[in-house]
Amino acid sequence: MDSHEGSGTGVATNIIDAVVAIIVIIAGGVVIYGSRKLGSEWTSEGPGAGYFPFYIGLILIISGAGVLYQSLAGKNKNTDVFVDREQLGRVFSVLIPAAVYVGAIQLIGIYVASAIYIALFMVILGKYTWIKGITAALVVNILFFLMFEVWFKVPLHKGTYDLLSGLGY
Amino acid sequence: MEELSALFQGFAVVLTPMNFVLMLIGIILGVLIGVLPGLGGANGVAILLPLTFSMNPTSAIVMLSCIYWGALFGGAITSILFNIPGEPWSVATTFDGYPMAQQGKAGEALTGAFTSSFIGAFVAVVMITFLAPLVAKFALEFGPPEFFSVYLLTFCSFVGMGKGSPFKILASMALGFALAAVGMDTVTGQLRLTFGWTELMRGFDFLIAVIGLFGIGEILLSMEEGLAFSGKSAKINPKVVFETWKKLPKYWVTSLRSSLIGIWMGITPGGATPASFMSYGLAKKMSKNGAKFGTGELEGVVAPETAAHAAGTSALLPMLALGIPGSPTAAVLLGGLLIWGLQPGPLLFVEQKDFVWGLIASMYLGNLVGLLVVLTTVPLFASILRIPFSIIAPVIIVICAIGAYTVHNAMLDIWFMLLFGVIGYVFKKLDYPLAPLVLALVLGDKAEDAFRQAMLVSQGDLGIMFSNGLVGGITTVALLMLFWPLLSRLIALVRQPKQDEFAAERPVD
Repeated sequence: MDSHEGSGTGVATNIIDAVVAIIVIIAGGVVIYGSRKLGSEWTSEGPGAGYFPFYIGLILIISGAGVLYQSLAGKNKNTDVFVDREQLGRVFSVLIPAAVYVGAIQLIGIYVASAIYIALFMVILGKYTWIKGITAALVVNILFFLMFEVWFKVPLHKGTYDLLSGLGY
Repeated sequence: MEELSALFQGFAVVLTPMNFVLMLIGIILGVLIGVLPGLGGANGVAILLPLTFSMNPTSAIVMLSCIYWGALFGGAITSILFNIPGEPWSVATTFDGYPMAQQGKAGEALTGAFTSSFIGAFVAVVMITFLAPLVAKFALEFGPPEFFSVYLLTFCSFVGMGKGSPFKILASMALGFALAAVGMDTVTGQLRLTFGWTELMRGFDFLIAVIGLFGIGEILLSMEEGLAFSGKSAKINPKVVFETWKKLPKYWVTSLRSSLIGIWMGITPGGATPASFMSYGLAKKMSKNGAKFGTGELEGVVAPETAAHAAGTSALLPMLALGIPGSPTAAVLLGGLLIWGLQPGPLLFVEQKDFVWGLIASMYLGNLVGLLVVLTTVPLFASILRIPFSIIAPVIIVICAIGAYTVHNAMLDIWFMLLFGVIGYVFKKLDYPLAPLVLALVLGDKAEDAFRQAMLVSQGDLGIMFSNGLVGGITTVALLMLFWPLLSRLIALVRQPKQDEFAAERPVD
């Protein structure tokens, strides 16, 4: 991970560290707020539903504050670039299609979405020919279809618009 | 020897043809999972768990635990041939394994790694066979305070033995507990922390977290590097195997020491990764050839592999005997027990004899079969790694999505998986350990129940944690572990600390 030190520009790791620490503190605050509302005190039947989460929220805030201090004022703060632009581009080239893919699952079901996703991924990111991409996508998904729907009888998400409804599964 | 007769009973359970076939399938799938980037023991088992819902629990655990053994074996293949540790605990194997492969001794390194994995696991299973029933019998006397103190010890050990900022370990753990609290409260039935979002009533399933954190997170990390595998080819023939086997008895001291380190680190939730590093470090210090470590010494492969496998196996002891898993994968197996309708904990040894001893017997057989399978099929698995990443990556993401969906048949879970993937990526990059988060998510409700019951008994007096010698002792050790980062700093002020030379290479697990 550290092999790219110094190459490219971007935000320093300790800044990201601090941002995540602040998110942890906020999460702790939310947990405490939620558990106070539930009743984090001793009720007539013993500890309330928020009794335990209250302390968890407290630990979150303490640890978040600790990380925040270490990231900004600690002795060994890591000022290397967190991700350079090229790396970030590669990560997003997977993450964004993955998000679109999950959205597609919701609409057209797992099998069709997966086939399209694998084919596009191979053709666009992997620079394969369309024939290879589509073949691989079909083979993988037919295999999954047989395995889940036919052999193990575990029905998967068919989506709002079921394109495979003609198959009877 | 009550245990031995129970064990033979277990062998009888496992040796039905159906279970044997499942065992083979498990091992092969496991090696595949261990070899592929983005799929590891924990999320591999998590993805395959829904397929076992309809099986009987014994067959299911036999198959899933064999996936685990297979993944442990598989990690070594990528480390030695490709210099890419497939699992965090095989990082130490790359130090000497990859140089050996470069010198054309890949076969020797692989044989050494597999055989010592087997030995490590074997020693650990023998230990489990005799120790687990005793621990379970002892734990039958436990009340809520005792159980909570053991939970406390488990989590504090992460802080005491972990690497990196103790605050990050604490944050990761508390985040797991907070996520576990979301949803229906097990005691009062109230909805907690859902903030009016009814879909959250189910809470966050740890299987989704495991698949996202380890699967998607790993893919994103690999993608960042723009992965291109360039591996050494491996030829294993019987001659190499036998010649390596002839050399191995020379390293019996290393093997024994590494097994013991592994067992210790596995039972306490130190885990396989620190165990492998500690054992490599000690072997380097104590061996005659210590100076040559890192240039391709067989002993440098034997030490970490034995320890990692011993630790991975021993992690099942607290899972079986106490219901408290020692590693994320053991945690997933524990989740499996709950789904199959078994109550993990000391009573398992009394009520589910077939299940427990079937599992223990399958550990013996699974590792033996695993050794034979990997020795014969290494070239096949090495060739899988040559499939370009741009085919493997989308397929793995699809598998993860399917795995996440099948847990509850809920579309929302796939979105959560993606979210956990991003969290996993950021946490890995910032050196937050993921194991405490997963274990807290699994054990959150049970730890909380134990705590609340203990508080109920004592009417809110924390003094109950010190009410008798046993619970007080465990709590004290737990607190020592929790404040160990602070204590070790104080000790360092008085005495010059020893430098840990592998500190930089060891991943935060």
